[in-house]
Amino acid sequence: MPAMIRNGEIVEDRWLAVNTEASSPAPQQILTLDQWQATAEKSGTAVQLEPGQPPTPLFDHLDSISLVAINFPLFTDGRGFSYARELCERGFKGELRAVGYFIRDQLHYLRRCGFTAFALTEETDLSAALGSLGDFTEHYQASADQCLPLFRRR
Amino acid sequence: MYVYDKYDQQIIDERVNQFRDQTRRFINGSLPEAEFLPLRLQNGLYVQRLAPMLRIAVPYGLLNSTQLRKLADITRRFDKGYAHISTRQNIQLNWPQLEEVPDILAELATVQMHAIQTSGNCIRNTTTDQYAGVAIDELTDPRPYCEIIRQWSTLHPEFAFLPRKFKIAVCASTGDRAALYNHDVGVEVRVSDQGAIGFRVLAGGGLGRTPMIGAVICEWLDEPHLLTYLEAILRVYNQRGRRDNKYKARIKILVKAMGVDAFREAVAQEWRAIKDGLNTLTNAEIERAKSFFNPPQYLDVDTASAQSALREQCRNNPTFSNWVARNTLDHKVDGYQIVNISLKATGYAPGDITDAQIELVADLADRYAFGEVRSTHEQNLVLADVHQPDLYPVWQALQAAGLATPNIGYLSDLICCPGGDYCSLANAKSLPVAEAIQARFSDLDYLYDLGPIDLNISGCMNACGHHHIGHIGILGVDKKGQEFYQVCLGGNQGKDASIGKILGPSFSQQDIPDIIEQILSIYLQLRRPEESFLDTYRRVGIDPFKERVYAGDD
Ligand code: SF4
Repeated sequence: MPAMIRNGEIVEDRWLAVNTEASSPAPQQILTLDQWQATAEKSGTAVQLEPGQPPTPLFDHLDSISLVAINFPLFTDGRGFSYARELCERGFKGELRAVGYFIRDQLHYLRRCGFTAFALTEETDLSAALGSLGDFTEHYQASADQCLPLFRRR
Repeated sequence: MYVYDKYDQQIIDERVNQFRDQTRRFINGSLPEAEFLPLRLQNGLYVQRLAPMLRIAVPYGLLNSTQLRKLADITRRFDKGYAHISTRQNIQLNWPQLEEVPDILAELATVQMHAIQTSGNCIRNTTTDQYAGVAIDELTDPRPYCEIIRQWSTLHPEFAFLPRKFKIAVCASTGDRAALYNHDVGVEVRVSDQGAIGFRVLAGGGLGRTPMIGAVICEWLDEPHLLTYLEAILRVYNQRGRRDNKYKARIKILVKAMGVDAFREAVAQEWRAIKDGLNTLTNAEIERAKSFFNPPQYLDVDTASAQSALREQCRNNPTFSNWVARNTLDHKVDGYQIVNISLKATGYAPGDITDAQIELVADLADRYAFGEVRSTHEQNLVLADVHQPDLYPVWQALQAAGLATPNIGYLSDLICCPGGDYCSLANAKSLPVAEAIQARFSDLDYLYDLGPIDLNISGCMNACGHHHIGHIGILGVDKKGQEFYQVCLGGNQGKDASIGKILGPSFSQQDIPDIIEQILSIYLQLRRPEESFLDTYRRVGIDPFKERVYAGDD
């Protein structure tokens, strides 16, 4: 099982990556949005959003979904940052996972947008990458891990 | 001006450390070039034609003398002893070494400066009126709002990988000196009849390849909602802005494609989810921001005697008198004057300033202007609060340092990007064109007779020299590997902003001074009494200029 970062630790991934071909996805499989929409039972599901797929269809099921993966085909495409915040602001409490080609220098921002898990590319040195999670200890803005903006804490 | 507390300091110190580590990994090969690129850009570091260029942030154009001295020191130790004021009120170093940039940033951090988000596809330095706080036509001081926006936008986790760069301007005066209508977002601070503060919010303005005038998307936004509303705009843009073509990625293209009404509605929808949340500004925060911009301790002067003394000095020295008339402005406090420091002496690149000049300006600021200086988008500097009896010694010092060219607002006070001499994106050089124009039109009486003219030069479509909004705009273009220049007329910034129209086929570099001279002489022939160049152009249109400039061509 591939290694990844979850809640600040290096762990093994128990979920299976998206398989667009599968007509009946395996249990523990992360679903594409289409597959997920076709699934009647949403409880315990995992679904992956691509750039251009805002999280709106998930809003009514946030309590039952276990995992939302947001794909970054290219690390400079920042749509996923907004998707994550929208999910968090609407109360999603499951695992919010970044997948695809993003880089360790983005981990801190991603975490602040609400991502809790990071499936970095294979080449990434995960223990070195852990350091980037904590690049900053203070921030101006409110975020997923600090609901008060600095101006309410000064 | 705003002063950092421990939080601000900690944030920029941590940014220096982060960038130091990124630079180290880039140099040792563990951070690939393509991944380092957006990271360094977000820290103002370009790799240019000859050397890297580092753009240092000057938040809304405010500097103090300590910062200036540090900058002078940095230009000596890490660069070639000069710096450049950009059209976004920032300061650029043209010759730093990549491996030394973290050290430069660490030096800057000691004087509460940084290079955060001066480039890259993120929210850039917020700009405002260079005369904020001292202008006669000001409704209220825009700088507290600039500072609030600065903090909110600095290292914002959600908006660091936008489709394209994003620029916000704030203005609070009746005349718009911040080009609100040409920004991704323009925030016009307003005061209601009851004295309440609110904002008119514009979106979708811009220059570049597809110049556009911003549209009003919110006529009145109550003061506490400033940040949540901006956040909603950014969210719509971040999710829906085009990412497939960098020339179509700015918010102006999105606003146009969606239509203003649909865009406004999309923003409203995002806003509903976050409005009244914890990002809503508190009174305490607004008061805190305002407390940094209280007026300085102005001297109570006997205005009448100060003015008569000034008149006397002017009578005795026509050069001084002319400088007062051209380069200084009335201040909202009697007995004070706003002083523009011209960085447009002929023979020097527009906006360039040497280390010694920077130190001189710092000294003058300490002695005569409460220790503060502003940078302007016209690439000049300003001493905003000079006591009238001090004008004479200030002028003498500036004059001796080549900083008193009496041309503010006139043709030779032109705006010019670094162009092909420095910039790797350039189609053509811009500095030699600027110099040739300044050399041709050095006769001040002729310039004064022409009246105020904005002449703006960009070395390529990216329009850093804002050529579209110059009354006369010059754009470098590439024609089969040769440098040519397109001329446009009739652009303007301000509340009646307009985009210049292209005159016709482009010209070679050596022809430009002649062409400009022709255009000016057509204006002089056609103008009615009291008409500025822009007035005449707006009355007669482009045709008379076109016909006569190209008359010999066929
Ligand atoms: S307008 Fe073009 S040439 Fe001039 S500075 Fe900008 S990118 Fe470079």
